[in-house]
Amino acid sequence: MTEAGVPCIPGYHGANQDPAFLKEEAEKIGFPVLLKAVKGGGGKGMRIASDPESFMQQLQSAKSEARSSFGNDVMLVEKYITTPRHIEVQIFADKHGNCVALGERDCSIQRRHQKILEESPAPLLEESIRQELWQKARSAALAVGYEGAGTVEFIFDNDTGEFFFMEMNTRLQVEHPVTEMITGEDLVRWQTIVAEGGSLPLNQQQIEDRISTRGHAIEARIYAENPNLDFVPDSGHLTAMRIPPTSETVRIDSGFIAGDEVSAHYDPMIAKLIVRGENRESAIMKLHMALEQYQIAGVITNIEFLKRVCITSAFIAGEVETGFIGRHKESLFAETETAPEVYAQAALVSYFSGAAEQQNASGLDLVSQPGFGAIAQNRLFRFRQTNADGSGVAGPTVVEVVPIGRATFDIEVNGKRYNSVTSHWDQKQTLLTTFFPHTRMDSHVTIDTDKLTIFQQGQQYRLEKVEPDWVAKALGVKDATHSVLAPMPCKILRVEVASGDSVKKDDALVVIESMKMETTIRSPQDGIISRLVHQEGVSATNPNIFRADRYKDLCKAGTALVEFEQPSG
Amino acid sequence: MASIVTVRTGLKVLRAFQLRPVSPKWLRTSARVNLSRGIATHPHNHHATLISILSTAVDKSSADYKENAAQMSEVMTRTTALHEKIEKGGSGKAREKHIARGKMLPRDRVTSLLDVGTPFLELSTLAGEALYPDEDVPGGGIITGVGSVQGTLCMIVANDSTVKGGTYYPITVKKHLRAQEIAQQNRLPCIYLVDSGGANLPHQADVFPDRDHFGRIFYNQARMSSQGIPQISVVMGPCTAGGAYVPAMSDESIIVENQGTIFLAGPPLVKAATGEIVSAEDLGGGRLHSSVSGVTDYLAVDDAHALVLARRSIGNLNLPRPRLSIGDIKQPLYDPEELAGIAGTNLRKQIPAHEIIARIVDGSEFSEFKKDYGTTLVTGFAQIYGHKVGIIANNGILFSESALKGAHFIQLCTQRDIPLVFLQNISGFMVGADAEKGGIAKNGAKLVTAVACADVPKFTVVFGASAGAGNYGMCGRAYSPRFLWMWPNAKIGVMGSSQLSSVMEAVGKSVDPELKDRIERESDAIFSSARLWDDGVIPPAHTRRVLGIGLKAALMGKRPDERSTTHFGVFRM
Repeated sequence: MTEAGVPCIPGYHGANQDPAFLKEEAEKIGFPVLLKAVKGGGGKGMRIASDPESFMQQLQSAKSEARSSFGNDVMLVEKYITTPRHIEVQIFADKHGNCVALGERDCSIQRRHQKILEESPAPLLEESIRQELWQKARSAALAVGYEGAGTVEFIFDNDTGEFFFMEMNTRLQVEHPVTEMITGEDLVRWQTIVAEGGSLPLNQQQIEDRISTRGHAIEARIYAENPNLDFVPDSGHLTAMRIPPTSETVRIDSGFIAGDEVSAHYDPMIAKLIVRGENRESAIMKLHMALEQYQIAGVITNIEFLKRVCITSAFIAGEVETGFIGRHKESLFAETETAPEVYAQAALVSYFSGAAEQQNASGLDLVSQPGFGAIAQNRLFRFRQTNADGSGVAGPTVVEVVPIGRATFDIEVNGKRYNSVTSHWDQKQTLLTTFFPHTRMDSHVTIDTDKLTIFQQGQQYRLEKVEPDWVAKALGVKDATHSVLAPMPCKILRVEVASGDSVKKDDALVVIESMKMETTIRSPQDGIISRLVHQEGVSATNPNIFRADRYKDLCKAGTALVEFEQPSG
Repeated sequence: MASIVTVRTGLKVLRAFQLRPVSPKWLRTSARVNLSRGIATHPHNHHATLISILSTAVDKSSADYKENAAQMSEVMTRTTALHEKIEKGGSGKAREKHIARGKMLPRDRVTSLLDVGTPFLELSTLAGEALYPDEDVPGGGIITGVGSVQGTLCMIVANDSTVKGGTYYPITVKKHLRAQEIAQQNRLPCIYLVDSGGANLPHQADVFPDRDHFGRIFYNQARMSSQGIPQISVVMGPCTAGGAYVPAMSDESIIVENQGTIFLAGPPLVKAATGEIVSAEDLGGGRLHSSVSGVTDYLAVDDAHALVLARRSIGNLNLPRPRLSIGDIKQPLYDPEELAGIAGTNLRKQIPAHEIIARIVDGSEFSEFKKDYGTTLVTGFAQIYGHKVGIIANNGILFSESALKGAHFIQLCTQRDIPLVFLQNISGFMVGADAEKGGIAKNGAKLVTAVACADVPKFTVVFGASAGAGNYGMCGRAYSPRFLWMWPNAKIGVMGSSQLSSVMEAVGKSVDPELKDRIERESDAIFSSARLWDDGVIPPAHTRRVLGIGLKAALMGKRPDERSTTHFGVFRM
């Protein structure tokens, strides 16, 4: 690549491990540098040396960690980019020596080193650099005599404006619709043409003309995952799914419909939502609106998180980089208060659906309460917000519903009173329409036994019906705070503690694998481990229950992994 | 008005029909149609409906209406306040103590037991009102009523232990027995929420010895169980001595641990009798009875748990469930709230029966029978919440013709197995030489015979006076209607207070100056309801609702294919 004039990340990958030599190399590259164990992975044996003074110490520390982790301390030195961006160029080449760049894509908003938002053109990028990127990408492809669709990925140093070649993907990627949106071309069709030996339908100039008139495109990847739990994948049935209306400028590529299962065995991506606007700002607004209309219940998704990104001022300003999520953690993960109307809606839905469930042959539900006085049947409903990390919030929210007519209620939530609220529940549409004083509220509600997913005013709320105290007593259930539950179906990879161990909050307990990803389950509290429910690699499901083979080695979501000793008394 | 269109093309004919089918001429003018046989008219279905819809002459702006409405509103306000007071139950202190023990208030228990979104037909809320001097027994210390549990209409009997510890006053016994009677007649499963200290000892003479006293409760349980009417009890408080038989005589019993107790004698009595010292829980608590003695079948940790168990038990009754849910029910065309202004409280004024019916029945549709004969009694068929009923309503004094018409109509309904609704506002049968000559006695007797023997569900609503033999002919309490309700303006007595006073004067007795006032007071609906001469005082606008629930209660307990078989006595001709 370097020979073809494509810049690669400067670094030393040689066998000479003399610390002084490595330091010399580092100085040649320019600080900061990254020290990485050749056999390393998962961040182990990896250090950043930000200046020559700290180099030796960091090298020692990286080597010792590498030795203990991998039994090998061979290090490599690379340039470390403080605010990197991931910018890639979509190229196409044919048999006839033509190679075009179909614009670039900025895929810097990432989590777990995977893209979630991709856009084109890349924001805040000088035109000269853009042209250079395209040029280098085309050179890279021509250098290897490439044919077909490809993506040349670069790492872009936001501080210096330098970019370096990373790799080339020799296929159409997940985010190719972004390019289709801004070029107005069907890239799959292009692949067919190239495969048939035809010439590329457009030349570079024509493509540039297209791009200049088609504004800005963004793709959001909709994942079944929990952003608040470090984006661990979620799985389960999509009990409800409503998608925004699609158009010329709103596209949805989805492989799932309501009722489908997002399995723990595959990547948890549910859909791709691609929008185009006349400029970046309008594209973001359009994306935000489409996300508000995107309703998925049954599994936890990143939709709410994506909406947060859309309204983060740094994102709107185009200040994207791969460390974006970490840098804006506080605003992205800020807790929001759930409005009392949400609880009121939850209570009304529970009321109506309860009535519908009990709907009897007598038709008595058609008769209003007769009699003098206050014979009204006041009912209490208790809900708890389902926290992203699975824990409930402080106390349940109590909603009092007093039916004063067949569809009219007085409602009280946390001391806030709504008088004479009329409400209608359309079970088929799962739509609850309630006329609060001054506000009409339309909520789509999905009820899954004790879990409610409410979509209201473009927001998703997840609530749980709180079981009355007697249930636990009657069942003789142990207090759930004394055990740590599996957050999703998973395999037990490693167990980091032994029974009798004393652990501190956030200590690693068990490492599980789900959806091809490792997740460390950490202790929610200080305490002493009383029992490890599952051992490494041991089948975790109940052997008495027959399940399909593929489930055999899976531990079901919600089963206990580790139990703590209960404090006496 | 649909205009007559001369049509030339088929298309136009079609259009004319689409616009509006033209009512036949007779319907508009009652004139005879052309006698020459030309073509048969097509009877559109809605023509029958069209001639059945009652019209109204109520003028809400008239002085009369306004005065009536104002008078009724005053009575309504008073009655509402009284109900609200009673529905609180015992004293504030007693209620606080009750809640502090972790118990639910009895009305909350009932609500928790019921299906969400369904009404509770509470019975005789006013029982015991001003009945015992110096003793306030709200609701008679017991709540009874019909409600839906797991889709099954049930009779719910709940002791209110915030009222005198839930002990049984004579009126409590009467209310409990009345609830059982209704359950038995309508074959409604019974759910007893027991929380009672047993018989009220100072009143033992009026509670214990007679036929319709305390012992009858258990007799009824046994008899109902034998008839396949399920008996479920939930022990949520003490159940001492005789009270212990409520759960013991039930098909299934649930008990709340550390709260419900069942024993023939409590710890103090045991100590006195045998010297044995034992705690209430060890003597007859939930754990003991559910695991050792087997007196109870299910152990609950608290009220809410117990009520869920009770709901589950009802869910397992496997009773036949007739389909009583009828789609597309037409509401009355006229506002039921107008009933108050139509009736008023001055019973000397005639209350137009058709106006009452028009505000009770589906779509205000009434197929009137013998419309122009014996007009002081209105008879006809209608539907209430989709259930067919025969309606018999007073529209003046009963004459021989009215009585005969009534008897005829009752025969029709019994023959066809149609429930009867009596709308009662009667001062009596006609008196005088002409009436006697016309055989009013034997004709009135025909009506009374027909009412007494009619073996279809009967419902009575008193919307005005209930006096004299008119009470008998119009299915008064003695004629065992399934339910009997009073409007708050209603009066019940042998005759009006002023008439009674004049009669007394006429027969030459020295008249007690207080007599007229006393009779007036004793005729009042609240006085009646306090003594359980009825099943409750209802807001006139809710007449349709209570009848709806009553009908469903009567129809739900009916076995499939069961038809009433009425055998009438001798009609004196």
